[in-house]
Amino acid sequence: MNLKELTIAKAAAGLRDKTFSAVELTKATLEHINKRNSNINAYISITDESALEEAKYADSLLASDNAHALTGIPFGVKDAICTKDIRSTGAGKILDNYVPPFNATVIESIRNQGAVLVGKQNCDTFGHGASNENSMYGPVKNPHDETKVAGGSSGGSAAALADGQCIFSIAEDTGGSIRYPASLCGVSGLRPSYGRHSRYGIMPMASSFDTVGAMAHTVEDLALLEEIMAGHDPKDATSVKADVPTYTKEIQKNIKGLTIGIPKEYFEVDGLDPEVAACIEAQREVFTALGCTFKEISLPHTKYAVPTYYILVPSEDSSNMGRLDGIRYGMPQAGDSLYDVYANSRANGFPEEVKRRIMMGTYALSAGYYDAYYKKAQKVRTKIIQDFDEAFQSVDVLMTPTSPFPAFGIGEKNNDILAMYLADILVSPGAVAGIPGLSVNAGFTKAGLPIGMQIMGPRLQEEVVLRVGHQYQIATA
Amino acid sequence: MKLTIEDIDHIATLARLTLTEEEKSRYAEQLSAVLGYVDMLNEVHTDDVPETCQVTGLENITREDTVIDCDEETKEKLRNQFPDNVGNLLKVKAVFDNA
Repeated sequence: MNLKELTIAKAAAGLRDKTFSAVELTKATLEHINKRNSNINAYISITDESALEEAKYADSLLASDNAHALTGIPFGVKDAICTKDIRSTGAGKILDNYVPPFNATVIESIRNQGAVLVGKQNCDTFGHGASNENSMYGPVKNPHDETKVAGGSSGGSAAALADGQCIFSIAEDTGGSIRYPASLCGVSGLRPSYGRHSRYGIMPMASSFDTVGAMAHTVEDLALLEEIMAGHDPKDATSVKADVPTYTKEIQKNIKGLTIGIPKEYFEVDGLDPEVAACIEAQREVFTALGCTFKEISLPHTKYAVPTYYILVPSEDSSNMGRLDGIRYGMPQAGDSLYDVYANSRANGFPEEVKRRIMMGTYALSAGYYDAYYKKAQKVRTKIIQDFDEAFQSVDVLMTPTSPFPAFGIGEKNNDILAMYLADILVSPGAVAGIPGLSVNAGFTKAGLPIGMQIMGPRLQEEVVLRVGHQYQIATA
Repeated sequence: MKLTIEDIDHIATLARLTLTEEEKSRYAEQLSAVLGYVDMLNEVHTDDVPETCQVTGLENITREDTVIDCDEETKEKLRNQFPDNVGNLLKVKAVFDNA
């Protein structure tokens, strides 16, 4: 078996046809992880023992024809998502010893379908970053070139998948954390609409932005995972009561007659790599052959998405990070007073980027500045949403690059935080609006680095985004 | 907007973060740069624009305020997370300093 090319569909067929057993598949995956983790650093915790137990159980289900959709399929989970009885650090030392007594709802859904958890994946601490260099457990390296970043914040999830260290990953996306690393590592990743999934058990960063979703080798796999995870959860009051389409069926429909919008602002951003632009432009032919038409459109507030994001997200973030104080769980530091225990535990347990965003958010929400920053950004958020609403009056989906440039060097942007924030310039507008976005690989640079293409759709219309992605992958396979 | 070390001290106190002198001067510089950058939002006319606080349109989602017990095993797991305890109780430093 070639782990790097093993999709859920192929692995499930292999298990069904007895080409390999779940134990064999899990062992091969674990061996590969253990061999590669010192290079790629995609995993913070590897669950060798429990994974083999789960695989044995999966084999018994397969033998008795009681298998579910994901029985025996090895998967990894971003460490900022709670997994029952398995250490979940969020890549923050303040939670180095934290073992949740519960599963996130999405993990419960995936587990109920029989998937085998092989480990917890490295990420920027609590999702704070675009390069996975802000992890307190070290940066994740890009399997396509180990001197380059994997992208963030869910870099471990993307790198593990690209390197064959799991068959799918469950991660989360606040401002691009699924799409961005998926693009840099050459895999498929879906950020669903905000509210489509339960956030229960996801370590919160910015509560009005956070979403949880999957990464996989194919959009076909993503459709299956989305079908399993989507839906209302009474434990998350912001999850939406809306029908969940049968995505695996929806994606089979052809895309003839669909109108694809090309937002000009996305192709005019500073620093857009010509190779990336040319590659995405060239994909138009594929869609034309599939019967789609193109329409040039304008999303005039695009350039305001990153500044809006960097007011609203740190604000919500500084409030969410407040719970991490070393009192009820985690790793407290000594102090003379209660205040000192809080302040020292947080100083020691958070990396620089988390502290910086807590400071930024605390400032934006502090007396005298709330109207100028937070309220203003909330109003601009409305304008960005209106841009998308208007666009989707005349187009079915939008097509853009996911990242302005391919994976950059580890350490390259460390001294320029604004340059790092601007890496998200093409993925943050969709996050601000809460709409679904998919990243699929569209090709490679001359140097061999993956180039991602982003497909965005109207709110709660994951089916059209997935359908476009799947039909594209079939046409280009 | 240029933040001073005094501003940083004030924000750090509000944020419950102990910072080194080196961090303070770095954050003063970096946060000032970010604030300068986000100033571009003032180019957008928003006088009659409503604020977006959430994107789902859901409002006033409530549930019964009832106590739901959990099993002894889960309680034990939660207690095991306590950094410091006295029996079943979480031990913390005094909240009031005149005790």
